[in-house]
Amino acid sequence: MSLWEYANPVKFLGLSARLQPYLWGAAGICVTVGLLWGFFGTPDDFRQGSTVKIIYLHVPAALMAINAWFMMLVASLIWLIRRHHVSALAAKAAAPVGITMTLIALVTGAIWGQPMWGTWWAWDPRLTSFLILFLFYLGYIALWEAVEDPDTAADLTSVLCLVGSVFAVLSRYAVNFWNQGLHQGTSVPVATGGRTVADVFWYPLLISMIGFGLLFLALVLYRTGTEIRIRRSRALLARSKRDA
Amino acid sequence: MALCVQDVAVARGGVPVLSGVSFTVAPRTALILRGPNGAGKTTLLRTIAGLQPPLSGRIDGAEETIAYAGHADGLKAMLSVTENLTFWAQVFGQTDIDAALAAYQLAPLADRLAGTLSAGQKRRLGLARLMVTGRPIWVLDEPTVSLDAEAVAMFAGAVTAHMATGGMALIATHIDLGLNAETFDITPYRAHPDQRSGASDEAFL
Amino acid sequence: MIALLRRDLMLAFRAGGGFGLGLAFFLIVTVLVPFSVGPQSDLLSTIAPGVLWLGALLACLLSLDRLLALDFEDGTLDLLATAPLPLEAALSIKALSHWLTTGLPLVIAAPVLGLMLNLAPAGFTWVIASLALGTPALSVIGTFGAALTVGIKRGGLLMSLLVLPLYVPTLIFGAEAARRGAIGLDGSTPLILLAGISLGTIALMPFASAAVLRMTLR
Repeated sequence: MSLWEYANPVKFLGLSARLQPYLWGAAGICVTVGLLWGFFGTPDDFRQGSTVKIIYLHVPAALMAINAWFMMLVASLIWLIRRHHVSALAAKAAAPVGITMTLIALVTGAIWGQPMWGTWWAWDPRLTSFLILFLFYLGYIALWEAVEDPDTAADLTSVLCLVGSVFAVLSRYAVNFWNQGLHQGTSVPVATGGRTVADVFWYPLLISMIGFGLLFLALVLYRTGTEIRIRRSRALLARSKRDA
Repeated sequence: MALCVQDVAVARGGVPVLSGVSFTVAPRTALILRGPNGAGKTTLLRTIAGLQPPLSGRIDGAEETIAYAGHADGLKAMLSVTENLTFWAQVFGQTDIDAALAAYQLAPLADRLAGTLSAGQKRRLGLARLMVTGRPIWVLDEPTVSLDAEAVAMFAGAVTAHMATGGMALIATHIDLGLNAETFDITPYRAHPDQRSGASDEAFL
Repeated sequence: MIALLRRDLMLAFRAGGGFGLGLAFFLIVTVLVPFSVGPQSDLLSTIAPGVLWLGALLACLLSLDRLLALDFEDGTLDLLATAPLPLEAALSIKALSHWLTTGLPLVIAAPVLGLMLNLAPAGFTWVIASLALGTPALSVIGTFGAALTVGIKRGGLLMSLLVLPLYVPTLIFGAEAARRGAIGLDGSTPLILLAGISLGTIALMPFASAAVLRMTLR
């Protein structure tokens, strides 16, 4: 049995319907436990006080904002190469979730930054990069909405996603070059495998990140199902109209 | 060297419109496509011209041999008749435009801007464009729109002359051109709703 | 290919071709800046490189609308797609003619506008060099945006939304080179990075543009 079997919309819907209750449940538990533990079960930071607790929202949202785009990139590639509709629709479904995560990361960042840096917004490389990511999401979603034929829309947005990814990476380097910034170092440096957060903060953060990941997965499955049903009703309508 | 269409199915907007279409256009012949509005003539012609892929089937002999003329003529209003024709001749690697000007009696209009021509004159210029491409297969979608009887005769003459030099033509039209050509009616090839022909929406049914 | 370039240039220079519109827009935007920030010459001198770059970028963006839309409406793109000329080459030529009619005049006009904005004398070379190296990238990236939106009615606004984020790296490196040059620093690092972006986009973007154009024409 191959994974590609689930590229068939009907099979995908079946699998997604079976998985979703567990995903929603697990996501709900993880997000609730992570946030409650983070907000009420951890000590205040000796420098940042209780404001540090927004990290349990900020970091997972930022993480998912980037991963959502990455997932869209992979899904776009699969659509361009193998022409699986589910893949294109999953990319479409992930975009609004991704842009919401980006927005959460930006807003929580601003709320956190105000007491720490004394300003709601600074043209810091990380903040700016997220703002640019937000613009890319906006363009991607707008292009999906603007093209009438769904397959052409899938094609065009896929290419935009590929080209956009290259330019997003370029922008990241350009922005770093442009301004060194005042954002603190990353909390979860993937490359080195270490971490800069103490254990008491780390476990609730980890649970919250897993929760956001599961929540993202559940939302994307749910929204992909909706997109598939829209396409199915369109296809049925087109045929019944033509035969009438 | 002939245009050979084998068991071709085409779709418009993800919905299959024609399937199982097969015909051959041999050198020195023309084929008239007929069918009611919306039957899929334009879609079929665009597929043959290579502007969109067929759902299934084979199209042989269409590689770099087709001069396509659709509903729009690709003329620039701010260029003269000669400049328009010369441009298309150069794009197709040709130089001679005099024969084309003569065939559609465009020589008196040669220095007029295309934007100042009447609809029929523009159409004649658009058809003259086919003659400067040097391509053997003409694929024409409703070529006689806005042409008067005299211009239709010019067009028929141009197609006949093209066939005489070994050319081929595939023409979708509703009127009788007075050409010595076979007719191909696409009505029976309408795609059946239950038939699976690889249209993109079928995955969802 | 030469024929296409000659035709596009001829069309641009004929009446209604829009040649000079981008330049005029550049002029007006730059002239409006002192009205909005005040006439202090030291302030203008500080922001001059950035204003020139932003003005050039917007002027390029403004003229992209017509780049492919007119050819799409009158059927030229359909015919070009069936012509022996590869679509990638045709789009490269389109981008080149866009640069010749929009980018190049901006580069030439920039020093005059720099004078009006009280640009530091050391900055002129850097502004001209960065614009000369950067505007080709703006044209090719813009061609991609035009190809993406050519089939969409009223796609102009959408195109701006798609193209502007793609312009970010070019703008950052270009304006940075000009800014560093104007305050007497060495701007060659951003200038080299800018040249890299230009060369990379000129080499690769036509393939992406042709791919999306084929999808649109289908």
